[in-house]
Amino acid sequence: MSEESKAEKFLEIFNKGKEFTEELLRENQRLRYRLASLETEHAGGASNDEVRRLREQISQLSEENRRIAQRFREVEEENKDFANRYIEIEEQNNNLANLYVASYQLHSTLDFREVIQIVQEIIINLVGAESFAILLLDEKTNELKAIAYEGEDVMPGLESISTRLGEGVLGTVAKTGESYYVNQDIDGGAITIEKPLAAVPLKIKEHVIGLIVIYRLLQQKDAFSAVDYELFSLLAAHAATAIFSSKLYSQSERKLNTIQSFLDLLTTTT
Amino acid sequence: MGMENANFLVVEDSPTMRQLISFSLKRFKNAKIIEAVDGVDALKKLSGPDRIDLILTDINMPVMDGLKLVSLVRQNAQLKNIPIIIITTEGAEEDRERGLALGANAYISKPIQSSHLIKTISELLSV
Repeated sequence: MSEESKAEKFLEIFNKGKEFTEELLRENQRLRYRLASLETEHAGGASNDEVRRLREQISQLSEENRRIAQRFREVEEENKDFANRYIEIEEQNNNLANLYVASYQLHSTLDFREVIQIVQEIIINLVGAESFAILLLDEKTNELKAIAYEGEDVMPGLESISTRLGEGVLGTVAKTGESYYVNQDIDGGAITIEKPLAAVPLKIKEHVIGLIVIYRLLQQKDAFSAVDYELFSLLAAHAATAIFSSKLYSQSERKLNTIQSFLDLLTTTT
Repeated sequence: MGMENANFLVVEDSPTMRQLISFSLKRFKNAKIIEAVDGVDALKKLSGPDRIDLILTDINMPVMDGLKLVSLVRQNAQLKNIPIIIITTEGAEEDRERGLALGANAYISKPIQSSHLIKTISELLSV
């Protein structure tokens, strides 16, 4: 082989090597580009997933937060209800204690004067009245007359109250058996002997035997509360039976004494 | 002094009020309730064998009223530290001030609310 053909052969091999090298470089560049794009694609995909996951988590937490806030409001409402119920139960408890003590005391004696004294104590201490009167109905004359009173210094004339059944406020209460209350804030006007603050009938079933009439409450008690009305009516019912039975008892005791004296007289003379 | 096993002296001329107050005091576990009908009777009970942890007294009573009783208890070296609650129909501010100035620890106007009475006693006995 001549020197010239050797050179051509070498040049040809060199060119092929050059082409092959260039092709390798291109392939390398293409792969690098592909790798870079894959890396970017991969990185971008992971970030989106994370964001999606975090968004879902935020959404779940927000929902839970809303649910907890809602439950908190419900529990708060329940708490308020419980607190109100507790106050109501305390008031009822108080009323029951008052009623228990009042009825216990009212039925602890058959002495008429003692019963009246107990009714007065109850009206002062449990109802909170400063000026009041207890009226009894005389069934023969149909007249209501004061048999006990308190606070005549603030309401003169208590001792001489006398009214006929059906006449005026007091007579109407005794006739109808319906309690009478004045709401001072709404009704206003002066309280008089004829127009009291409250008049509650002393009733045994539907039979009215008298009235408890309130003219003024103690200084520290502004007005009757809702529970007072109920308590007052119950007290009046107990007071009525206690007054009625003690009155009957004292009458029968008087009759018994008369009969006993008569028998003694008969025994002595025979 | 705790609220259990406490001895209370109730000074009231009205049997109804004595019973009502005693009824409320039964909320305290093992409470012993000693009753007196006026100030003189209360002083006798105070000098008796029972230790008294708290006195509840009315003002308007025959023989000796509640204000005199408060004053005498506060002057007595052995009794002066006993807490006293005045329970009365006298609701005027000057009456309250007079009662507290004499040495009463609390002043409650009638008609009493059992819950208020219990709260007041609990506060005084837990000090």
